[in-house]
Amino acid sequence: MIKVYLRKMRKIPDLCAVAALFLATPVFAAGGGADLESSGIDPDNINSLQRGAANFMNYCSGCHSAQYVRYNTIGKDLDLSDEQLVDNLMFNAEKTFETIQAAMPAVDAARWYGKAPPDLSLMARSKGSDYIYNFLKSFYVSAGSPTGVDNAVLEGTSMPHVLWELQGYQVAHYVDQTNDDGSVSRAFEGFEQIIPGSLDSEDYDDFVRDTVNFLAYIAEPIRSDRRKLGVWVLMFLIFFYVIARMLKKQIWKDVK
Amino acid sequence: MSRIEAEVGTPKGGFMKWIDDRFPFTETMRYHVTEYYASKNFNIWYVFGVLAMVVLVIQLVTGIFLTMNYKPSAAEAFASVEYIMRDVEWGWLIRYMHSTGASFFFIVVYLHMFRAMLYGSYKKPRELIWIIGMLIFLVLMAEAFAGYLLPWGQMSYWGAQVIISLFGAIPWVGDALVEIIRGDYSISDITLNRFFALHVIALPLALVGLVFVHIVALHEVGSNNPDGVEIKNNKGADGVPLDGVAFHPYHTSKDLVAIIVFLMIFSAVVFFAPEMGGYFLEHANFEPANLTATPEHIAPVWYFTPFYAILRAVPDKLWGFILFGMSVILPLFLPWLDKARVKSIRYRGWIYKSALSIFVITFLSLGWLGVQPAEGIYVMAARIFSVLYFAFFLLMPYYTTIDKTKPVPDRVVYHD
Repeated sequence: MIKVYLRKMRKIPDLCAVAALFLATPVFAAGGGADLESSGIDPDNINSLQRGAANFMNYCSGCHSAQYVRYNTIGKDLDLSDEQLVDNLMFNAEKTFETIQAAMPAVDAARWYGKAPPDLSLMARSKGSDYIYNFLKSFYVSAGSPTGVDNAVLEGTSMPHVLWELQGYQVAHYVDQTNDDGSVSRAFEGFEQIIPGSLDSEDYDDFVRDTVNFLAYIAEPIRSDRRKLGVWVLMFLIFFYVIARMLKKQIWKDVK
Repeated sequence: MSRIEAEVGTPKGGFMKWIDDRFPFTETMRYHVTEYYASKNFNIWYVFGVLAMVVLVIQLVTGIFLTMNYKPSAAEAFASVEYIMRDVEWGWLIRYMHSTGASFFFIVVYLHMFRAMLYGSYKKPRELIWIIGMLIFLVLMAEAFAGYLLPWGQMSYWGAQVIISLFGAIPWVGDALVEIIRGDYSISDITLNRFFALHVIALPLALVGLVFVHIVALHEVGSNNPDGVEIKNNKGADGVPLDGVAFHPYHTSKDLVAIIVFLMIFSAVVFFAPEMGGYFLEHANFEPANLTATPEHIAPVWYFTPFYAILRAVPDKLWGFILFGMSVILPLFLPWLDKARVKSIRYRGWIYKSALSIFVITFLSLGWLGVQPAEGIYVMAARIFSVLYFAFFLLMPYYTTIDKTKPVPDRVVYHD
């Protein structure tokens, strides 16, 4: 009985968030593909976040920094000891209070890729989780590109398909469609797998989901704490409200 | 004066007498707090003045603490905000309260102004209170605009770029004026520094001063009420208005309830939706300002969008700027545009009621249109609503004259 109640209590932050958001519809001006598939991340799933942290360090942090994120913050929030951090995640740092710096120097990166890989600390807040999730799933073989691939979400990206070993390679199918004004534009139809990767499509989705979950976490590490604290603040205010109402009633009882 | 009155009227001695002989403390408290009488029939629309004060205090206090860790330099500003969000103890809470407070300031002030339009609070003898209030509104807009540049994100930079360049439309002096505002040929570190100075010193000082004068003027003539009846016209034998109750403890105890309800809504946003879906904290502002990459879609923060929609609705740059300026200033003239003999909407005819309803729809629609891209049907809609916006004010002398009003009672209506 108490367990059921506690489980329901955990949902309170979500209910409050829904209530606070009822007015506002998200306004992402991310551009690219208009219909982004939902990333379906679960910010409360510590295991997913830990896997995402490993994915990030193994596949992203060679080129991308997360210059505002400290290793020991990750350790504290994701239940990882200092030893675990040093042994498994800190490939380019000595002390746990250091921030995540890419192994590749930004100057060289800009020369090699035409554009230095962006910092990922806040990517999930500026572009949205769904955007990154879809981006990482949308690399396709393109003969004209220097990296051999292009991306359906961000056409002309200078990022290579870093995860090709996992996803394999796919081609994108486009159809020409005639617009109302007579002009012809290319419309994306779908992907076709041509070389399989080490993960099947479902496992690859999970891999990307965990990674995006971690990116969403580092964009705002305090998120989970603030939602928990918010419940207490609201409970206090409700209590305070009852007292204030009684006080007001008492003071106004003589006003005719 | 009776002996008892004389005795109650003067402090009995000791510390308070020492103070009162040197500073009018007791007298001031009586005049403004314990013996300031306001109508007993205030409804929900009368809480927004106090709530604006609450938000002002929140902004001042959180602002002081933000200043302790914020760095007003183009090279460091963005990183210092993230430092506050991640490494400063409780920095995230202070920052979210400040960013949420900015939006709530406008919500509360817009509702406060709408209350004045509902109950004719700007009409004689309260014209000056209204004018001071409008000045507060203008300073608040400048304060919010300067503050929005400080995080040095993409929207900070490009939003400021768009708005500051508007002044370039003014003939002859436009370009020079833009240069003076920026202090440079483009928005730069120099602009950031002067906006910081304006945001943390000059404008808050003006704001606090104007708020003080706003309240002094209010207490001189007394508060209006939902019936638009002057309660001072009906005084009892003791000289106290029959329909009035003292600000303290009556209105303070009532306001306390309103403040708590407000804090619940405020906290719900701060703790559960600080970005408010991208309206309170725009997504593009989590990217540092990039002088070489314009965001796809530049929209000012929501509280400026009704006026921004009017600006964009005009095809000509100079006329767009003029009408934009007029749309902000026009409400200042309400005390003289409104010719009705009654104050409150309760005793006005159907014409004003319809006009005000259309105005509310117009204002909200313009606000919505201001965040949409300026293309196709949106432009036409913005033009129609812009015409309606100006018609509400400019035709007011006419339609408030012909509107049939109802007789106003001598005393306020009080239920419960």
